[in-house]
Amino acid sequence: MSLTADRTAELVGRALDVKGRSLWEDARRRLFRNRAAVVSIVTLGAIALAAVFGPFLLAYPYDYIDYSVVSCAPDWWPDPSVLCNAGGTHWFGTDSVGRDLLVRTLYGARVSLAVGLIATLVSLVIGVTYGATAGYLGGRIDELLMRFVDVLYSIPYIFLVIILMVIFNRNFFLLFVAIGAVEWLTMARIVRGQTLSIKQKEFIEAARASGVNGFGIIARHIIPNVFGPVIVYVTLTVPASILAESFLSFLGLGIQEPLTSWGVLISEGANQMETAPWMLIFPALFMAITLFCFNFIGDGLRDALDPKDR
Amino acid sequence: MAGPILEVANLNVEFTTPDGKVHAVRDASFHIEESECLGVVGESGSGKSQLFLATTGLLSANGKATGSVKYRGSEILNISQPKLNRLRGSKITMIFQDPLTSLTPHMTVGAQIIESLRAHSGLPYGEAEKRAMEVLELVRIPEASRRMRQFPHELSGGMRQRVMIAMATACGPDLLIADEPTTALDVTVQAQILEIMRDLKNELKTAIVLVSHDMGVIAGIADRVQVMRDGDIVEAGGIDDIFYRPRHDYTKMLLDAMPRLDNPDRRGHATPAPTAKPDVLLNVDDLKVYFPVRSRGLFAKPKSLRAVDGVSFTLHQGETLGIVGESGCGKSTLARTVLTLLPKTDGTVVWMTRDLSQISESDQRLLRKELQIVFQDPLASLDPRMTIGESISEPLRMLEPDLTRDQIKARVREIMQQVGLEAGWINRYPHEFSGGQNQRVGIARAMVVKPKLVICDEAVSALDVSIQSQIIDLIVKLQADSGMSMIFISHDLSVVRQISHRVMVLYLGRVVEFADRETIYKDARHPYTKALISAVPIPDPKAERAKQRVRLSGDLPSPLDTRAQLSFLKSKLIDDFDAEQYRPKLIEVAPGHLVAEHDPV
Repeated sequence: MSLTADRTAELVGRALDVKGRSLWEDARRRLFRNRAAVVSIVTLGAIALAAVFGPFLLAYPYDYIDYSVVSCAPDWWPDPSVLCNAGGTHWFGTDSVGRDLLVRTLYGARVSLAVGLIATLVSLVIGVTYGATAGYLGGRIDELLMRFVDVLYSIPYIFLVIILMVIFNRNFFLLFVAIGAVEWLTMARIVRGQTLSIKQKEFIEAARASGVNGFGIIARHIIPNVFGPVIVYVTLTVPASILAESFLSFLGLGIQEPLTSWGVLISEGANQMETAPWMLIFPALFMAITLFCFNFIGDGLRDALDPKDR
Repeated sequence: MAGPILEVANLNVEFTTPDGKVHAVRDASFHIEESECLGVVGESGSGKSQLFLATTGLLSANGKATGSVKYRGSEILNISQPKLNRLRGSKITMIFQDPLTSLTPHMTVGAQIIESLRAHSGLPYGEAEKRAMEVLELVRIPEASRRMRQFPHELSGGMRQRVMIAMATACGPDLLIADEPTTALDVTVQAQILEIMRDLKNELKTAIVLVSHDMGVIAGIADRVQVMRDGDIVEAGGIDDIFYRPRHDYTKMLLDAMPRLDNPDRRGHATPAPTAKPDVLLNVDDLKVYFPVRSRGLFAKPKSLRAVDGVSFTLHQGETLGIVGESGCGKSTLARTVLTLLPKTDGTVVWMTRDLSQISESDQRLLRKELQIVFQDPLASLDPRMTIGESISEPLRMLEPDLTRDQIKARVREIMQQVGLEAGWINRYPHEFSGGQNQRVGIARAMVVKPKLVICDEAVSALDVSIQSQIIDLIVKLQADSGMSMIFISHDLSVVRQISHRVMVLYLGRVVEFADRETIYKDARHPYTKALISAVPIPDPKAERAKQRVRLSGDLPSPLDTRAQLSFLKSKLIDDFDAEQYRPKLIEVAPGHLVAEHDPV
């Protein structure tokens, strides 16, 4: 290469480099124009912040038992026929052993969100690696890997969880494993399907013609391109995991007292529904809002990432 | 009946998109007379399709049409759907580019024609069935009664398009709007479809609007032509006026940009450099690529699809070899096998002195430094998540690992300038560019490692004609500068003839004729080559009218059928689907002119 050509290219280039607008930026712009998605992001952010910092700011620890205010309604409760009013700063009332419901709801949010996020992360890592490998290699190996997934699918997971709980005792960590172990199956299927379709694209062939090896193709060309649908699925897996956790907790297989989660709170609240409805309403409301938010964000992301599919 | 069938005045079409308003058609005014054919030409995005979707009330929900469209004197623009439906499908009918998506997959062809007939004319079932048979015969579908009971996926593309035409003519329309009806079809099939449309016009006196990007297609059939660009009708007039006395610069440019099969060396068009050094770069001998096909039935013998079946050629340094053939003839498979992107079944490929099947996989990768490929679809062949700079530099990073980052960047900028891209665009993404610019990126990616051979696989087929001619110019210039060899693959004989030194015609995986660029046109011997030449539309109405047409009947047969390869040598045919057939030999009729054995025509 001649020196002058080099120099001019260098000079011209440095001065005029235009910043490109990547597909991600496009998607972000479209997402922020979607009102439901933006409201959901803000709401979800507020709930998450409250869950993380709220308990420090409140007057009661989550496990503080006060027998003087058992199952008391908050002061502002409109129905006057309740047994007692909790008074003071119990804005959400108290539960059946006199613990502050607000702080417990926020604690429940911590646990539920954590379960949702970590279980999803587990499913993401396993599912993407597994699915991309199966899809890219194809043939016999694909067949083998996916039949294994089919086998796991066919195991009734409540059974699995109950057996695990019986063998290893109830355990916070086990919950993640159990939920993650179920959720990654669908993730693997989705990623495999996407990989199969991307593998057919000309740019993969172009990469092979450019001398890129198998690993490079998966890492640089396939994974970034399956990310769109995966992210959408992630936002739908989080609420599914939260629901799964609350379902297990509702059955009494999940989080143990005094720690709590929305599922546990809802389960307790359901028992007292007739005498102390606030014990059901507040955690249920929080959970419903959170699930709504995730679903709206998922919808918004899908529209933003793939505007043609709308 | 006097007066025009359709009269359009000041039609505007606007779309509301998330990125703002798009004015797709501006102030279009035109009319269509009884039993005439109006050709509408324009490149992609010129609004030619939207114009006719608007006149028939088929705009998508975010589109809005204003102005006036009169059918036999009564306003039909923006009238209610039920009223429109009475007109559409009976008096005004449309056929579209893709016949597969225009037909309902779960209904037999006959049922669909009958349904539309009964909806519009209220014929009793028996009569509708009879009429359906008639129209299928009208569009020359053999064995019409059997075809009636078939589903769309059982028919070939050409057959499906015929069914669409049959459906469109069943109710005896006044006006048939055909939107790029032959664009998805092979040239020989295209020629058949155009002939059917010509006959419809002459026999049934149906007025036809033919929307196309191809001046050649229009030349053979239209009475009047209007040229569209960016939503405007820039020129309209009689066919001879438009073709021989164009006034608008854009029309002139379009006519000029069309590659001409009959005259590839027109002034202002790139032609291959007179080179061809004697050193042989590539020697392909009796190459075979078979794909196993699982056949139905538990005990059925596995079959093989012979994509490439005994192809031999040599390629000299600095030479361009053109490969022509219709879809399914194995031209892309041949290219990918030469590049070792696909495994071969038999035969040898010798690159310089090395047999490509003998070298190890890591050496094969290094070979990519010398052999590169440019793909058909410019957007699909670039990773959408990578900047074009990353895409172009990828082969460098892989194949010349010694380069530093700055050196790579400098090389990328250099090649970008050579292919006519601004070096400052290095950080932009493929979706920000047009098809032509993206194809330049594809070429830059192939050229950045300074290869000795570049294979262009339909590299200009997806582009508009004006862009196509620019890209061809660029490829020829790059070749002249670097002295590389080229294999140029296309279904379009006129493009191939324009830039190749020698041309090879493939039919179902075998060479049927192989000659230099002059001989292949002037002294074509094989009936398939002759049919191919005759089928290529020439943008010259007089030449089109005068043309002696050599027609192939029917469609390209299935490559699984071993009889198919002997279509031109029926005397040696064993009439058995699976039988091992005679292989036609290539005979050298003149030095460098090879023709496959065939029955005398």
